[in-house]
Amino acid sequence: MAIILSESEAKALMQKVLSYSKADECEVNILGEERGNIRYARNTVSTSGSIINKNLAVRSAFGKKVGVATIDEFDDASLEKVVRRAEELAQLAPENPEYVELLGLQQYVKSNGFFESTAKITPSNRAEAVAQSLQLIAGNASKLQGAGFLQDYRGYRAMMNSKGAFAYYPSTNVNFSLTVRTDNGKGSGYVARGYSDFSKLDTVGATKIAIQKCLGSAEARALEPGKYTVILEPTAAAVLLENIFWNVDARSADEGRSYFSKAGGKSRLGDKIVDERITIYSDPTNPELPSSPWSGDGQAQSKRMWIEKGVVKNLAYSRYWAKKQGKQPVPYGSNMIVEGGNTSLEEMIRTTQRGILVTKLWYIREVDPQTILLTGLTRDGTFYIENGKIKHAVKNFRFNESPIIMLNNLESLGKPERVVSTESDQNYLIPPMKIREFTFTSLSDAV
Amino acid sequence: MLPSISGLGRSVSPEALLEPGLDVAVKKRLADAALNAAKAKGATYADVRIGRYLNQFVITREDRVQNIVNTESFGVGVRVIANGCWGFAAIVDAKNESDTAKAAETAVAIAKANSKIQKEPVQLAPQKGFGEVSWKAPIQKNGFEVPVKEKVDLLMAVNGAAMANGANFVNSVLFMVNEQKYFASTDGSYIDQDIHRIWPNFTVTAIDRQTGVFQTRNSLSAPMGMSYDYLQTNPKDKITGITTRYNMGYDMLEDVTAAAKQAKQKVAAKSVEAGKYDLILDPSHTWLTIHESVGHPLELDRVLGYEANFAGTSFATLDKWQSKNFNYGSKQVNFIADKIQPGSLGAVGWDDEGVKTKQWDLVKDGVLVNYQAIRDQAHIIGEKESQGCCYADSWGSVQFQRMANVSLAPGKEKLSVDEMIKDVKRGIYIIGDGSFSIDQQRYNFQFGGQLFYEIKDGQIAGMLRDVSYQSNTQEFWNSCVKVCDDRDYRLGGSFFDGKGQPSQSSAVSHGSSTARINGVNVINTARKI
Repeated sequence: MAIILSESEAKALMQKVLSYSKADECEVNILGEERGNIRYARNTVSTSGSIINKNLAVRSAFGKKVGVATIDEFDDASLEKVVRRAEELAQLAPENPEYVELLGLQQYVKSNGFFESTAKITPSNRAEAVAQSLQLIAGNASKLQGAGFLQDYRGYRAMMNSKGAFAYYPSTNVNFSLTVRTDNGKGSGYVARGYSDFSKLDTVGATKIAIQKCLGSAEARALEPGKYTVILEPTAAAVLLENIFWNVDARSADEGRSYFSKAGGKSRLGDKIVDERITIYSDPTNPELPSSPWSGDGQAQSKRMWIEKGVVKNLAYSRYWAKKQGKQPVPYGSNMIVEGGNTSLEEMIRTTQRGILVTKLWYIREVDPQTILLTGLTRDGTFYIENGKIKHAVKNFRFNESPIIMLNNLESLGKPERVVSTESDQNYLIPPMKIREFTFTSLSDAV
Repeated sequence: MLPSISGLGRSVSPEALLEPGLDVAVKKRLADAALNAAKAKGATYADVRIGRYLNQFVITREDRVQNIVNTESFGVGVRVIANGCWGFAAIVDAKNESDTAKAAETAVAIAKANSKIQKEPVQLAPQKGFGEVSWKAPIQKNGFEVPVKEKVDLLMAVNGAAMANGANFVNSVLFMVNEQKYFASTDGSYIDQDIHRIWPNFTVTAIDRQTGVFQTRNSLSAPMGMSYDYLQTNPKDKITGITTRYNMGYDMLEDVTAAAKQAKQKVAAKSVEAGKYDLILDPSHTWLTIHESVGHPLELDRVLGYEANFAGTSFATLDKWQSKNFNYGSKQVNFIADKIQPGSLGAVGWDDEGVKTKQWDLVKDGVLVNYQAIRDQAHIIGEKESQGCCYADSWGSVQFQRMANVSLAPGKEKLSVDEMIKDVKRGIYIIGDGSFSIDQQRYNFQFGGQLFYEIKDGQIAGMLRDVSYQSNTQEFWNSCVKVCDDRDYRLGGSFFDGKGQPSQSSAVSHGSSTARINGVNVINTARKI
């Protein structure tokens, strides 16, 4: 049997699994995927590999007693065995008071996230893409060292349950990242690209950017830490903003233990929390960032506002929590998009009297969940801007800043770009942004 | 980098975790098939890892079990050198010799393909074969044999104690791991190993509904290279004082009871005044500072640039080591790398490339003297043999250099924590690990904690909150003026240390006794929104 099943093959297989079920309720989830990667460092390939994975999970419930069993063999005997095992585990399990009965048939929007160009990638395509990048780095007159990683994914996920829900979503993805350093260790530049469609990946163009950042960042000078106007490239903004995305859980907010909680036991739903130019939403059908039209438990995804014109419009309610609170369930979005503005990066620089251009932020950790205060450092291309021009590279800073405070200090927004989070590997659509009074708290000697 | 959780394998029944794995004779046959196939295809070296990885996680909150996860993952990974280049291939559920031989052939084909763009051939430090040998973690009580109900009852009791002592919420988890690993190589080793790890932990949350202020207190347990014996409490494993801390046995009920009270205290605690303080760091805190500022920068692959695109490089460059006078820390500072300490997460008999494990100095009397290296790196630092730091988190992942246990040696002179605090005029006593971040060359870092106590004129003056400290690795360890003696020595550690692309997870311990670091910059992390 193929690793990546068609919709009708997946449907037939899951119907067979459900036919073995004797539980009150049964849900089947199935996945098939092929991942390939190539890694290089010190201007030579270091490791490469490919991983093939398929898996079928059965979740059986007797009342509120739930058991899960999974298997990677799909013959009839194995399928029946996995159903029996899930049922045995369910009978042994303590009651789960948070179990909610399964959803019935749902309607899903169409989302095209599967591209043949990516599905067809071969080891030699990967090697070729990397060889072109390496050639530029090794051929540069300045002595440079390149270290990079290219990883691609093709696969599908499908779900069917005993109440009639059925969902299927195939997708592809390719992520490329590269760090170029000068031989003497004084300069370092970074670039990352993520696409669903491999034909959009230009490793040569990306490598030129990393080389430019690397050469430009050598001989960095120290500036005093403090509050600065910053221009965050989308890669830098992404790792701050995703900490807002991860915090939209309604239960934590209602329980009083998240930023989205407020005094008196209420949540911030409906409150204006950031600048009115900020709108954050999910949309599985966005052609630049297609994503699954259904959530893990089969709920339909649609275009959903999280923050609209600065106001909190939705928090994510699990089906259990929604029922308990008398609300409609709201699944987490399968992607995140931040609306942009009309200011180009060049314009942002031109209108800055004194500020810092940030390529990338690194080792982001939450310091205080009450305010989503984050710490981390600039890395691989940090530049001082004076009177509308990039003057010189600066030594890296540590920052302590909350993305909520930051989005209240918004100056301007550019056009959203698809970016890869350097912390989570997630892809988002994020604009470059200019922020005033961003808090840098110390200097780092790291290059 | 912390944390990351790798793919866990397939779900199984709790009973399946007790079933024996393949017989050693069968594993040897599977391994020999791969080694012979690799040699027949032209490999000059090959190793085979046959791994069975078992996990059990029990996850609860307040009065309910959220999930019980039992997983098993079995497969074979083959690594070869052909045309002077590495190749690797892995196969899930390999059941016969033709499966493992096929993986070996694929690995050789990949090595030959990659050799065309290889700059220099791989140079392996020589390693003698050990024949057929085995190693077992010295555990007293196998947690997988303890009925799930007993574990659920323990966590329910823990959660009940938290709620009874004023917590608003409590989440508790019991992680247990068993790695059954078989390694064979063309050097003539056939090594069978049985490794256990356990990590009981919780987070207690206290909330002031009126003001909306909330605070958490995490458990002071350490993940350990032990099994259920870690939960058998014994008075000799308790370090009493301002709060009880634990050595080789953990009293989860006692700790959660204290935690619930302390979380409430934290809500009302004084917000720290930013400035310079002398820090007294408990081992439950210091392990993470050692991990980030000593363990990682002294990994040779980082020093050489192999991790430049992700985890980063290192400030501890070869020229600093070659100078023989680079002061990593003060004279009180001795860092020891170790793969043998009983109860530690890093302890094994042999590493994942068949090297017998040992202990060695990294920083001696403050001076940088060595790194952590594996077979294909040993020659770069003039070593004749690998230090045994090679690890893969699964049969399906290629093994590479991972951190050994890296520990701060206890002070040689008798010194208790009370005696240490007595001399501090303006200080903060920090217990437990919290938020952490460090730059990609390991100079500038920032750490939080779980419990902070103000020290004024040699006395504990009360609890503080909103504390983080920022420093620079070399400056910080050169400001280490005292380390308590071995009576206070304890291990902390990480269950999920992430490194590599694709990322792999490893578990590692870091020991220390309470240490005093003078004049560290403390910031206040409270913000008004």
